[in-house]
Amino acid sequence: MSGTDNLLEVRDLKQYFPIKTGMFQTTPLKAVDGVSFAIKPGETLGLVGESGCGKTTVGRSLLRLYKPTGGQVFFEGEEVTDANMTALRKKMQMVFQDPYSSLNPRMTVEDIIGEPLDVHKLYNGKKERRDKILNLMELVGLNAEHATRYAHEFSGGQRQRIGIARALAVDPKFIVCDEPVSALDVSIQAQVINMFEELKEKLGVAYLFIAHDLLVVHHIADRIAVMYLGKIVEVAKADDLNLSPMHPYTLSLLSAIPIPDPHIAHSRQRIILEGDVPSPMNLPTGCSFRTRCQYATERCAKECPTLTDRGDGHFVACFNK
Amino acid sequence: MSECLLEVKELCTYFHTDAGEVKAVNGVSFTLEAGKILGIVGESGSGKSVTAYSIMQILAENGRIASGEILYKGQDVAKYNKNQLKGFRGKVCSIIFQDPMTSLNPVFTIGNQLEEAILLHTDKNKEQAKARAIEILTLVGVNEPEKRLKQYPHELSGGMRQRVMIAMALVCEPDILIADEPTTALDVTIQAQILELMQELQKKLGMAIILVTHDLGVIADMCDEIIVMYGGRVCERGNAEDIFYHPKHEYTKGLLRSIPSITNAKQKLIPIAGTPINLLNMPKGCAFCSRCDAAMKICLTEIPEEMRLSETHLASCWLNFKAQMEEGGAGK
Ligand SMILES: Nc1ncnc2c1ncn2[C@@H]1O[C@H](COP(=O)(O)OP(=O)(O)O)[C@@H](O)[C@H]1O
Ligand SMILES: Nc1ncnc2c1ncn2[C@@H]1O[C@H](COP(=O)(O)OP(=O)(O)O)[C@@H](O)[C@H]1O
Ligand code: SF4
Ligand SMILES: [Mg+2]
Ligand SMILES: [Mg+2]
Repeated sequence: MSGTDNLLEVRDLKQYFPIKTGMFQTTPLKAVDGVSFAIKPGETLGLVGESGCGKTTVGRSLLRLYKPTGGQVFFEGEEVTDANMTALRKKMQMVFQDPYSSLNPRMTVEDIIGEPLDVHKLYNGKKERRDKILNLMELVGLNAEHATRYAHEFSGGQRQRIGIARALAVDPKFIVCDEPVSALDVSIQAQVINMFEELKEKLGVAYLFIAHDLLVVHHIADRIAVMYLGKIVEVAKADDLNLSPMHPYTLSLLSAIPIPDPHIAHSRQRIILEGDVPSPMNLPTGCSFRTRCQYATERCAKECPTLTDRGDGHFVACFNK
Repeated sequence: MSECLLEVKELCTYFHTDAGEVKAVNGVSFTLEAGKILGIVGESGSGKSVTAYSIMQILAENGRIASGEILYKGQDVAKYNKNQLKGFRGKVCSIIFQDPMTSLNPVFTIGNQLEEAILLHTDKNKEQAKARAIEILTLVGVNEPEKRLKQYPHELSGGMRQRVMIAMALVCEPDILIADEPTTALDVTIQAQILELMQELQKKLGMAIILVTHDLGVIADMCDEIIVMYGGRVCERGNAEDIFYHPKHEYTKGLLRSIPSITNAKQKLIPIAGTPINLLNMPKGCAFCSRCDAAMKICLTEIPEEMRLSETHLASCWLNFKAQMEEGGAGK
């Protein structure tokens, strides 16, 4: 997983949150527990998994919105630190799930998109600022006439466009997209997915595309990583992951997705997982998935499986699959 | 023909707001047959929940059923008095919600709440009520039911809370269960558990289910009959085969085209153009006309009539009338 042609490389990233469990006691909540991956320029890596598995935390700690507990992040070969993060902010951006809360409703579209331009002083004179804003608006499919309107006047899909225009203002090479279409209705979701894909083609920007909907991720991503309880359990090319999944968790996740096709829905075999996800403050020994896994053996309780190469860029962390 | 349990006829439910009258449900009709799962699907704001709440008579203060009927055993539920309603809710028809905490009280134990509901609706004594509570928790797949009785809702996981809410709704073994987005807030693997549970319960207890969801995948999995709603109206109805493989309303077609699937990953998605509907500013004709690529003149001015396309399949789209006329013309 190393190599100099990577845009971003994450090595053994750990993010623990201290949780007060008594008067003088804290217990670490292991939100991200040893995650490694790499992204090439212009590549989209999808990150899927159920709520609480650590997707958002991965995105936030690799942008150093948290100070990671352990591990390293390299961007264009350079280790990301607190010292150089300000400079790297121009190259690494983030868009959020909730277009309602991530935009200031009292700012105009123009000012929202203009803010990063101001911060990084990316223009000479008012005219250039305005031209840049209008270009960005056009890029994400917003009508130029809307520049002076306020964020709260827009629907969810349009707000998501405003959010991405703001992220694009600094001409980043990499964007963490945290569930950017999850709050949208399907008909609007398709518009926004298309926009992300068009931007990728036009600008060559790379995404870490976080979502819980595997079908959405499959559509947009080149490769997909599946997380369970703070760890990546499987990574593969998008098609390989969907057509020949290997990890028992991926198998059940795929089989649980409701497919809008009754013939397929009724003919396929569902693997219904028993029980709930264990607490990240009290992880099972060995493989975190073993408490719900139908393939678990004694070894799974003793040792923690690591990602091993199954060929063609397909990595799986499981002893028995 | 199986027995018709509930018949909704030309239901109109309006809300009074400062900005004007919101016609959230605008002439919705359907029948629910015993032992069937009826799906109501549509994007947010299409009137699905309001339809469900109208049946249960739990509309917000500013809402009213402006016209139409909800017939149960020949009587209009909307005209029930308090006593009749008490006999209807819970005993004939129960509802569960996306957020279990709308039905569960955070300050009482699960046991308190279940037993209270049982005591209220049946003539069981305390001891029997507890036994029944355990029985019903077991039925909905709650493990260690005796322990759960002593727990508070916040001590349970999301999936477990959803099961308890279902247990609560089933206390009196209603004929009809209305489930309003019952799995929308859950993760897919937990969603799969709950959907399977609902299917099992439906078979075991023989009740009918109205499943309200925005998720076409859930509909495909679960439903015998489907209604597609848009802008407070039914735009298409049919069985799963009709709706998924032979859609006859442009909105249904658009919806199916716009969802990512395993097979279309390499193709561009085809979104539905435009923005979501504004109920305060409805077109005169078809509710979907401003977003419809195929809209004709008549679509802008006249509300499409519902046309029967087969024994099971009906749609309200002027294109079907056009197709019929052209076919008629060609046949001559
Ligand atoms: N700032 C925080 N403090 C404490 N715990 C947190 C914090 N952020 C996230 N967590 C916990 O870390 C785990 C992973 O959360 P998150 O990354 O948000 O998951 P996801 O995005 O996959 O839903 C969860 O158990 C969550 O409760
Ligand atoms: N109490 C209310 N006051 C005003 N408008 C309401 C009220 N309840 C629902 N509505 C409106 O009715 C429409 C239909 O809502 P709803 O049935 O909840 O949609 P769905 O369940 O399909 O997402 C929406 O436009 C909503 O804003
Ligand atoms: S390592 Fe063991 S417990 Fe973990 S997924 Fe594989 S078989 Fe299951
Ligand atoms: Mg998240
Ligand atoms: Mg609703």
